[in-house]
Amino acid sequence: MALTQEAATQPVVEVRGLTVQLPKGGDRVNAIEDINFSIAPRETLCVVGESGSGKSVTAQAIMGLLPKKQLVVTAGEILLLGENLLTALPERLRALRGSRMGMIFQEPMTALNPVLTVGRQVEEVFATHSTLSPTDRARRVVDLLGSVKLADPERLVHVYPHQLSGGQRQRVMIAMALAMEPALLIADEPTTALDVTTQARILELINEIKISHNIGVLFITHDFGVVAEIADRVAVMQKGRIVEAGNAASVLGTPTHPYTRMLISSVPSMIPPDKRTNDAGAVVLRTRDLEMTYRGGGFFQRSREVHAVKKVSFSVQRGRTLGIVGESGSGKSTVARCIVRLINPTGGDIFIDDVEIAKLSPRRLHDYRRRIQIIFQDPYRSLNPRRRIGQSIVEGPLNYGISHDEAWRRAKDLLELVGLDPAVVDRYPHQFSGGQRQRVCIARALAMEPELLVADEAVSSLDVSVQAQVLDLLDDIRLRFNLALLFITHDLRVAAQVCDDIAVMHQGEIVETGPTADVFGNPQEAYTQALLAAAPGKEWRFGEGAITRRP
Amino acid sequence: MIEISGSESSMPAGDARRNNAWVQLRRNPAAMAGAIILVIMAVTALFAPYLATDPTNMSPVDRLQPPSAQWWFGTDMYGRDIYSRTLHGSRISLAVGASVAILSIAIGLAIGLIAGYIRVLDAIILRFMDGLMAIPDILLAIALIALTGASLTTIIIAITIPEIPRVVRLVRGVVLSVREEPYVEAAISVGTRLPLILIRHVLPNTIAPLIVLATYNCASAIIIEAILSFLGAGVPPEIPSWGNVMAEGRIYFQRAPWIILFPGLYLALTVLAVNILGDGLRDTLDPRIAKRM
Repeated sequence: MALTQEAATQPVVEVRGLTVQLPKGGDRVNAIEDINFSIAPRETLCVVGESGSGKSVTAQAIMGLLPKKQLVVTAGEILLLGENLLTALPERLRALRGSRMGMIFQEPMTALNPVLTVGRQVEEVFATHSTLSPTDRARRVVDLLGSVKLADPERLVHVYPHQLSGGQRQRVMIAMALAMEPALLIADEPTTALDVTTQARILELINEIKISHNIGVLFITHDFGVVAEIADRVAVMQKGRIVEAGNAASVLGTPTHPYTRMLISSVPSMIPPDKRTNDAGAVVLRTRDLEMTYRGGGFFQRSREVHAVKKVSFSVQRGRTLGIVGESGSGKSTVARCIVRLINPTGGDIFIDDVEIAKLSPRRLHDYRRRIQIIFQDPYRSLNPRRRIGQSIVEGPLNYGISHDEAWRRAKDLLELVGLDPAVVDRYPHQFSGGQRQRVCIARALAMEPELLVADEAVSSLDVSVQAQVLDLLDDIRLRFNLALLFITHDLRVAAQVCDDIAVMHQGEIVETGPTADVFGNPQEAYTQALLAAAPGKEWRFGEGAITRRP
Repeated sequence: MIEISGSESSMPAGDARRNNAWVQLRRNPAAMAGAIILVIMAVTALFAPYLATDPTNMSPVDRLQPPSAQWWFGTDMYGRDIYSRTLHGSRISLAVGASVAILSIAIGLAIGLIAGYIRVLDAIILRFMDGLMAIPDILLAIALIALTGASLTTIIIAITIPEIPRVVRLVRGVVLSVREEPYVEAAISVGTRLPLILIRHVLPNTIAPLIVLATYNCASAIIIEAILSFLGAGVPPEIPSWGNVMAEGRIYFQRAPWIILFPGLYLALTVLAVNILGDGLRDTLDPRIAKRM
């Protein structure tokens, strides 16, 4: 696309004083308030903020996709190449959505139609927004899929979305967004659902097309690693307002607003700290050649086998934290569920005090369950919404014959210990925020006086500032009760900060294991090296309240 | 110790979810109309002996009288009072409807919980239920009554059995989704035993959909009972039921349409009332489905 000098400097989008009202009874009056920014061609503006900060509402307002009647624009203007979108007619807006601005979403599976082939869906964009002949359209579809670095585009045209991986789907989404050569690409958390290695490649692709297609990118994310990797400029949002904006290097390196500083200092560093640890105590739990194989198929189907966990052996000691890191599908959560005996491993042994528990009957297992407790990823689903949190906490102790009064007294003590007011025992889970619920879950686990605490992605769904607090809490209780902690995560930054030892899992096997500093500082296996290299923002230094480019 | 930051705001207090459902139901005029009709039906059925004459009392002089001040709904070919017979018939219909709803839910719930939680039995139970579902309800009921003889108890049993598979499938579906919930897994890991897990964590999730299903089962049981009685396979002819009355009136349909009309109206009204109440309950208890529809 040839551009005149003037067009090259004109911003692709300019947002001025944008205010969107929330329905009455919300936690604040406006979803977003007085939002101002502009994006030049070949520029990426990252909008960062925690959940509920209004960053997605901003994107929806630009696309004209705000839920009708619920969210209403009350002030401001959005200029796309000088044209005000808020006064545009619906037909014009629809035309602009395909041709001048494209959007990609967090979950590429739900954004694609599962019953149409990829080719049909991409072609539809051309059919709607252009007058190309069917043969030309087919040719353009193949070209386009090739341009987002999808291998073998001729074959992909005939493939259905479920036959693609998450990364491939996101590439198809990007291809669709680019089909009509838009001036603006809006990406709403496009890599959050992807593995780090896939994420790295998608970010690379967005950086490339930004230059090759001469487009401006509005990139919404909560991940400062991604920000460091991709942003030219950064806008930090808090409670519907932009609290700080500027060049990436200056916002990340010398944040001025206290909220930005707090956010940035909450981002864990990739460099393992010198931790206060208890002396390595006795081995609490060890596994030997743990295996989990799922067998599928029914009466009339061919049986299938999936080896989720293959010959996994490790041990956890009192007072220490073992991290299991890996991408989705690597089997790390399956290991956790085997150890807690939520599922029965199909092979290998799990020892507690030299007693093998992997094959114990439920009756005999009862005595050992108490000693291993688990904290789950999703704090919104791990507490029964119909039961008061106190009831959830005392459930376990009551199962083991603790008296009613004693159990409730302990529940109150534990709530205090995890940083909540003991008076909240009679509240229901929906009255708490995600971070508070995770504290309740920790209290429930501690009520069992366990020796080993398994944290299965326990902080992954929390905002970065809340995540930092919960991690501190976990570390605090590990030291206080001399617990062994098995910390399962996909987030290498978190693992670097929390774990004493690391086991890297890939396709059901532990590929590398060792002290955290060694694994992160000098990875031996090719997979570990690739995983670490893919971590977003690897060329930046995090911690000490600033994010600066490494020398 | 760690402070809770301001960003972790807790949601507004209020744990009146069930209360809320009742308030919403009260705001649904159709559902309230259904509920009121059913209450009136139940009261008149209960006090039928005081509100009407003996339904079996014959008065050959007053054969086939049209509706009038003396005979509100007219009389049949033996001079029996259709008003009285209809009112007494509602006792049978409501008793059958309520018993079938309660029995089918209770039995289906028990089987569904077992099927959902004990994997080994799941396939066996479900295939059996599939087989049961493949047989038409009325055919199965007629066969059972033919085998055991007509009485109110056999009719209730005969109508209940075909209703069970639907309940089983519903309960099993809920159990299968709830058992994967982390809070159930958390309960397992704190050592809660299976019966308690089912009662405490799984059962409450099935209540809302089951209340809705119960209303549909009730409506369909009332219709099936009427059909069976109409076909002569239902309650014995000496007991007035809507189906019996209509069956007897069939031959006089052209001369005395009121014999069929009034029990038919009662039947339609009852089924309609149960169904709109069920719809209202579904809308308030399961807002997700309500939005989709």
